[in-house]
This record gives sequence, C-alpha cells and structure tokens, in this order.
Amino acid sequence: MAQGAPALPVAWNRVMPLLLVAPLLVYMVVFYALPVISMLLRSVSEPTWTLANYAALPRDTVFLNTFWNTLYTAIVVTVGTLLLGYPVALGLVRARRSAPLILIIILLPFWTSILVRSYAWMVLMGRHGLINEALIAGGLIERPWRILNTPLAVQIAMIHILLPYMILPIANALRQIDPSLARAASGLGATPWHTFRQVILPLSMPGVAAGVLLVFVLSLGFYITPAMLGGPRDITLSMLIAQQVDQLNWSYAACLSATLLATALVIIAAAQRLPGIGNAFKMSAR
Amino acid sequence: MSGARILSMGFVGLILLFLAFPIIVVAVVSFSSADYLTFPPPAFGLRWYRAYFGSEDWLVPTFLSLAVAACVVVLSTLLGTLAALGIARLPRALRVVATGLILSPLIVPVIVVAIGIYYAFSRYGLVGTPVGLVLAHTCLAVPFVVTSVSASLAGIDPRLEQAALSLGATPGGTFFQVTLPLIRPGVLVGALFAFITSFDELVVALFLSGTGAVTLPRRMWEDLRFSIDPTIAAVSTLTIVLTAALLGGAHLLRRRAERMRTA
Repeated sequence: MAQGAPALPVAWNRVMPLLLVAPLLVYMVVFYALPVISMLLRSVSEPTWTLANYAALPRDTVFLNTFWNTLYTAIVVTVGTLLLGYPVALGLVRARRSAPLILIIILLPFWTSILVRSYAWMVLMGRHGLINEALIAGGLIERPWRILNTPLAVQIAMIHILLPYMILPIANALRQIDPSLARAASGLGATPWHTFRQVILPLSMPGVAAGVLLVFVLSLGFYITPAMLGGPRDITLSMLIAQQVDQLNWSYAACLSATLLATALVIIAAAQRLPGIGNAFKMSAR
Repeated sequence: MSGARILSMGFVGLILLFLAFPIIVVAVVSFSSADYLTFPPPAFGLRWYRAYFGSEDWLVPTFLSLAVAACVVVLSTLLGTLAALGIARLPRALRVVATGLILSPLIVPVIVVAIGIYYAFSRYGLVGTPVGLVLAHTCLAVPFVVTSVSASLAGIDPRLEQAALSLGATPGGTFFQVTLPLIRPGVLVGALFAFITSFDELVVALFLSGTGAVTLPRRMWEDLRFSIDPTIAAVSTLTIVLTAALLGGAHLLRRRAERMRTA
C-alpha cells in the first residue's frame, strides 16, 4: 500500500484515510447496523427488559424442530458439496485446454440468481418434470415419483447452488501446492493414490476447511430454495423468521434471528480457533 | 491414458453436467411452444418471449429492477471505492472494525438483514419505495466493490505513486493520473458485481417491495406461487444471458488489467 506523500503534513496522512472510509462507515451504520441491531433488541425489550424469549427456546418444539432441520440440511449439503466439489477442483487445476470451459461452467451458475436455479429444479423435479419422465420412459418406475416438496429436493438444489463455494477455495489451495512435491513423491516410488493421499490431500486441507466453513454457514441462512422446493413441514429457521414477521410477532422473530446469527458467528469463531483453519479462512477471504 | 484417469474424468464431467444442466433445461423450455411446462418441448417458438415483452406486468418490474440496480451501482461504487482507498491505511484496530462491518453482509444471513431493514424502514415510510430498495441493496453490494477495488489496489506498485509525488504532482493529480487508471478495472468489476447483486436480489425485496416497488425477482416469485408457466423460463433465460454478458465483460477487464500490469 502506498505511503502518503512525504510533502504532506503527518496529521493529514492520519486524517485522510479516515475521511475516505467515513462515508461508507456512516452509511453502513445508519442503513444496516442500526436497523439490524434495533430489530434484534426487540427480542429482549418486550414488555420490559427480559430474557424470557431465549429462556423459552429450549422447550419450544417448533423452534427445536426447525433448528434441527436447518442444521441437518446444512450438514447434508456440506458433505454433498465436499464429495462432489473436491474431484471437480482437482480436475479444474489439472486441466489445461479445457480449464476455461470448466471455469465458465462453474461460474455461470454461481452468478445466476438463486430464484432462477430453484425454478430450474422445479422444472426438473415436478410430477411431469424431466426426471420423472425419464425414469418412467426408462421403465424404472411406473408412477411419478414425488421429489418436489421433499427434503431431498431442497438438498439437491442447495448442493447445486453451493457447489461453486466449495470448488473455488479447494482449487485455490490445490493451485498453491508446489508441483515438484508430487513429482518427488512419484520419483520416490509412490503410487498416484499414495501421492494423493500423503501429499496432495493434506496440503489441500486449508482449502477444504474454508469451503466447508463457507458452505455450512451459507446453508444455515437459506430461505428461497427451501420455500420453493421443500414440503410444508420441512421449514428452515429463515422461513420461520419470515413467517413470524408476517404475523407481526417481532419479539419472537428477533429472538430467532439472533439465534441464527449467533449460530453462524459461533461456527466461524470456532473454526478460526482450530489449528490451520484460521489461516485458511483469511486466505479464501482474500 | 489409464482407466482410472478416464473414470475420474467421467466423474468430473458428470458433476459439471449436474452444474450446467438445470440452466440449459430452463433455456430450452423458454423456447417451447406448449401451453404448459414439458420437456423436451413438442415444438419451438418465441411465444413466451412475446408473452414477456407484450406484458406490462413483466416490463414494469423489469424497468424498476434495472433502475434500482443502476442506482445501487452508482452509490455502492462511489462509497466502496473511496473506502477501499482509505481502509488499508487506517490504524490497525479501526481497520479490523471497519473491515468487519463492511464485509459482514457476506456472512450475516440475508433474512436477518432483510427484516432488520424492513423493521427500521417501515417507520420512515421507505417500504414500497424504490429509494428503500436502493438503500438496502447498496448494503449488500458494497462488500463486492470494496474487495474488488482492494484487490486491485494491493497489486499496485507503491513506487509509482511515490514517483509521481516526488516529480511534483499534487496528491489529487497523482490520484487521477496514476492511481485511478490503475484500479479502474477493479472498480468496474466491483460495479458489475454490485449490479448483479441488486438485479437478482429477492429476500430483501420480499419485505421492502410492498405493492409500490415490485422488482423483477419479486414478480417472478409471485408468479411461481400460482403457476410455473414458461414465461418465467423466458425471463430467467434473459437474466442468465444478461449475467453471462456482464461476467464476460468482467473477464475481459481482468485480462486487460493483467496485461497492463505485466506490460
């Protein structure tokens, strides 16, 4: 980063960066931080200052079921994206001529809206959607299989939507591995599988950790996809919050929001403390 | 080529197909001539594009979304670029707090942001107005501008600015003649991402649109509740094409920036 001009007074060099950042900071405080904080405060300020909303959560079966469903979905989606994403990241890094094409296939869905992608899965999974038609035509099933409005539909679509968030950090970590290490391993007689298992995989762990963290935290906040593809009983925490706002149940909605936010922050903080992962998250943030 | 290698390439190919396939299906369905959603379509035509371009119900939200996204681009690029220029030179403690605040919309679940803003804006009559949407979407878009501009600032050789200053350029002159041209690609990429962020945004719009400021994603969402007819496929395809064109533009800008740096 550039050092300030030597000709300028020192005080000006101190003030100038602050003046540049101040407009955005003020903007973010006024239109983002204060609104969110004042909403969250509703959870402890009604009718007087109280923690009753939070104290009731452990016995609140609606909350517990929703919270578990949200966590369970996030776990399934994280495992799914990891299993599908790692090979693609490896393929992307090893590809030569096809690398730009692979990158386009990964990035175009990445920047296509979640609404459009969820709609695409509605088209594919419907009673007369492509998946059912193909299964019937292939003689595998006789009557349409109910996929839409099940947890499976939500999980498949979320894996599809979040896959790039897993692929990109892993590919980033794989790219930074010195290729001479793999050559040395095979030169010393290691089989390709051993080279992968003993050299490549351990060195790619920071990328894996970053991808897992990113996908898990993003999964926790999903709203559009479960609302469009899920069944009426498999609601996520985000959907429950939206319902409560619609019913003007602000203190409960705020309590749920604080719980969702705290869960995400605790997971990020915990991951940062694990050895090696703290650096990984910084790396992927850059 | 070994069997294992062919097998692994086939597996990767299948996953890539899984990534691309839904989007391809939507594009194909949008050219269907059928009344209802069916794949593969019995015949092809532009009927659903005509339905889209012939309907005010679709065009008014489209123009609103474009206008809101354009305002978000101006506001977030201006605020974000200024902040990126200053943030690396802040004292450490302040820098950590400022970075945390500015980047936090990437981590905070969007529903929390959406209802927080809805809660505050409803008191000031900003719900159901385009202004409310612009103000809210800018918060979500700003992190992309700041990270993109910061990345291109980090790639600048500080000696270039020092040379300009020591040769007698004013700080303002140095900024406009040296720094700005060097970070321009980063600023433009940030602006493009800000545009896409606002144009595709739905969760905040669900709460802030009301009845007076219905954006395109909000209109699609309402339509999906009643039917999944192919008009939405046509709209989706158009937004995918727009996104792809913008991403292509961003890619070209990056390439040009890299060439400038190595030249």
